[in-house]
Amino acid sequence: MLYREAGDFKTSYASDNQTFPIRGDRMAYWAVLAVAFLVVPFVLGDYWANAVVIPFLIYVIAALGLNLLIGYTGLLSLGTAAFMAVGAYATYKLTTAFPGMNIYLVFLLSGVVTAAVGVLFGLPSLKIKGFYLAVATLAAQFFLIWLFTRVEWFYNHSPTGQIAMPERSMFGITITGAAASSTAVYMTCLIFVVVMAWLARNLTRGTLGRTWMAIRDMDIAAEIIGVNPLIAKLSAFAVSSFFVGVAGALMFGVYLGAAEAGEAFSINKSFLVLFMVIIGGLGSILGSFLGAAFLVVLPVLLKLLLVDGFGWPADLARHLEVMIIGALIIVVLIAEPHGMAALWRTMKEKLRLWPFPH
Amino acid sequence: MSDTVLFALEAALNGLTVGIMYSLVALGFVLIFKASGIFNFAQGVMALFAALTLVGIQTGQVPFSHLINAALGTNIHDFGFTLPAILSIPLTVGVMVLMALLIERLVLKHLVNQEPIILFMATIGLAYFLEGLGDIMWGAEVKPLDVGIPQGMSSTVDEFTYNLFGYGFYIDVLSLWALGIAAVLVTALVVFSQYTKQGRALRAVADDHQAALSVGISLRFIWVLTWSIAGIVALVAGIMWGSKSGVQFSLSLIALKALPVLILGGFTSIPGAIVGGLLIGVGEKLFDFFMQPIIGGATENWFAYMLALVFLLFRPQGLFGEKIIERV
Amino acid sequence: MLDSQEGYVTADGRQIGGVVLELKNITLRFGGVVAIKDISFDIRKGEIRAIIGPNGAGKSSMLNVISGFYNPQEGDVIYKGYKRPKMAPYKVSRMGIARTFQNIALFEGMSVLDNIMTGRMHHMKAGFLAQAMWWGKAQKEEEEHRAAVEKIIDFLEIQAIRKTPVARLPYGLKKRVELARALAAEPQILLLDEPMAGMNVEEKEDMSRFILDVNDEFGTTTVLIEHDMGVVMDLSDRVVVMDYGKKIGDGTPDEVRNNQDVIDAYLGVAHD
Repeated sequence: MLYREAGDFKTSYASDNQTFPIRGDRMAYWAVLAVAFLVVPFVLGDYWANAVVIPFLIYVIAALGLNLLIGYTGLLSLGTAAFMAVGAYATYKLTTAFPGMNIYLVFLLSGVVTAAVGVLFGLPSLKIKGFYLAVATLAAQFFLIWLFTRVEWFYNHSPTGQIAMPERSMFGITITGAAASSTAVYMTCLIFVVVMAWLARNLTRGTLGRTWMAIRDMDIAAEIIGVNPLIAKLSAFAVSSFFVGVAGALMFGVYLGAAEAGEAFSINKSFLVLFMVIIGGLGSILGSFLGAAFLVVLPVLLKLLLVDGFGWPADLARHLEVMIIGALIIVVLIAEPHGMAALWRTMKEKLRLWPFPH
Repeated sequence: MSDTVLFALEAALNGLTVGIMYSLVALGFVLIFKASGIFNFAQGVMALFAALTLVGIQTGQVPFSHLINAALGTNIHDFGFTLPAILSIPLTVGVMVLMALLIERLVLKHLVNQEPIILFMATIGLAYFLEGLGDIMWGAEVKPLDVGIPQGMSSTVDEFTYNLFGYGFYIDVLSLWALGIAAVLVTALVVFSQYTKQGRALRAVADDHQAALSVGISLRFIWVLTWSIAGIVALVAGIMWGSKSGVQFSLSLIALKALPVLILGGFTSIPGAIVGGLLIGVGEKLFDFFMQPIIGGATENWFAYMLALVFLLFRPQGLFGEKIIERV
Repeated sequence: MLDSQEGYVTADGRQIGGVVLELKNITLRFGGVVAIKDISFDIRKGEIRAIIGPNGAGKSSMLNVISGFYNPQEGDVIYKGYKRPKMAPYKVSRMGIARTFQNIALFEGMSVLDNIMTGRMHHMKAGFLAQAMWWGKAQKEEEEHRAAVEKIIDFLEIQAIRKTPVARLPYGLKKRVELARALAAEPQILLLDEPMAGMNVEEKEDMSRFILDVNDEFGTTTVLIEHDMGVVMDLSDRVVVMDYGKKIGDGTPDEVRNNQDVIDAYLGVAHD
């Protein structure tokens, strides 16, 4: 079957507004969802779940959140990891303070807490932009991490300074803690990813998304034609931080199980998520998936190839990875500032016409 | 004088030393920002890279030896000779100039006319690349650096202050040297930009790209020039810090602090970079000194950024920058 | 002088209403530079009002005062009979003043359709949650406003480019999209800052036709700045002439054409 839009006419604005206007795309989307929910859980091994699939899903949420801020609203943040830490510590405090609370609700509330903190640190964006704002978000990064490692209340005075996730279950299935199966963890992350990607898509195609993009493309003109910059920017910070907070909550709650802010949420993690957004594609939902997949898989592949394959020392492979990522960022920004998602789009445009290129 | 005041004074003086580091890295930022409007996030990593290269050349290391050994199964480490500072420093300068040339060729040239935010992100990529490259070329372990700058407690300061206050201040001789070298460097830069043809071209470009182009100044040459100078400034910063605490990754984190320095000093002001660096160096030491009993230590981690944040809210153009009037 | 309530009939027989917006003794300074000096004039319902003058006369500043981007140091803006307090530009726009810009200010990363949809922002009411879920109200509203936007797209004849990213459009079309975005807001007053700058004759003719049609069809009060004298005299009902921040003439095109001060300002006169 050919990938075609010819003959696929839209007779209502509703059908023209849908996420995948082309039938082939729509079918591919449902197929991917079906495989993710019905096939993967039964074939996924522990190694691949923990090394690739689960971190991928969690990073997708973080990358979506950051992309809403950078790609859609044009506000650069270097404090992503600190906001993930807020989500993680909120989860810890909520589960330990209210042991009976539904664990999914805890994750969502952690997102809400992070949104509030995000708005607070987003306030300077009303006055400044570009790299000035980047520096302001660095304040969030360093201050929040300092807070989480210094103020004992945040880690319940535990002598190690670490937070550890207690065991929680839903419908008799253990979701968090050491006893949780990787399938349960996978399904939890998958459900969150699907719901949050859907939310992101809806927000970006409606009025709010357009006000964000208007601010991104030309903030002064946006204000003159009627965008309230206060609401546009702070809502972007709130929604973005909500996503990032949920990612942090999942990262700690279902994936790491135990964490220390300075180690698990250092500035390097902020950069990692930023790179996912850049490589995947600024201002693209699909890009957040592609970028997260790429940067989760790359180190695993390098390790498999260089360390396990050639027997190179592990630190050499790691340095090589840092170098490759750096170079890739530059190459992507030069060749295709909109990342892998744009390449994908170009490919599809060509495919629609294939085999007649003109 | 009471002990607290004396201790605070000593802390402040030591803050000055760190402040010089911040100033030097910030200076590199300002130079590049003025000449090309690029906010070079990689400036700190450039300092690390320069210091690594200097140590490598000094001790006669074979570049990429780890990679070569891993790939070919050989076991080479160094050439078996060492070079004196007088030779290795010019060679490192050469490497930094070469790097400037390559950065212009491979990166900047292709990113002209992009939005500032894209350029900024490209320099974050550059920072990662250089960090990985430095580690692969010279190895990641902490290396001592000695170019002959004396170290240890300055007995002159100790005696002088002892006679004055009855309490001898502990100041590292290295800090005094750093202060002197920084002063020489800034003077040299000022002389260069005021009295040479290239310096004039540099100022012209900083003032107005279009106008500078129209009178026949090569923008690409200016870029290579500024990145080279920034590389040399980075080398100086790298030498200072490397001599003090060894060449290691934390250097590039120290350099991150140059960002709040710029907010304080303004992005286009050389005096601003110097004063801002010193202010933050002293400020964070004093803040930690007085706040430690109340909110705990290690506030140096965030003090500079929070100060910058406050500044951004009330005086976004910095201490020395000009107010920006927006137009449509 | 006309009374502020009663209207007048234009040369081509259109009935113009009372005053919608009145500028009273506006003075605007930037530091020591006086951009606008004690200027007063009014804008009446349904008319096409032009502001002309040599470069640097303060025309764009005047438009910026009306759209709330600049706040004058002295003088009042009276809108629909009430003195307008100092307010953020986005609030001014919500009160029914839309505009285009001298150097096109479209959102380059968005499609033509999305750009025009931003113009309808004030009319869309769906809440945050409804938007996030794309539920009932949000989706229905999106479709209704899409229909309204499609009317404007038809009207300005830009159907073929509705899904094109704005960055890919040629200059003339961008100007047209910007007009569409302003129209989508269904403004009480439409401000056009040099809508025909940099256009060739054919494009100018198209644009003039659109401006007249808009005025005709929707009765939109229009204020425009334009350099092309021929266009201004043909299009506008009344003209304000500015020079060095001062008002040197105000009246119908014929009156202005015969005003000695205006002739001096345009042809140049020895100042001695």
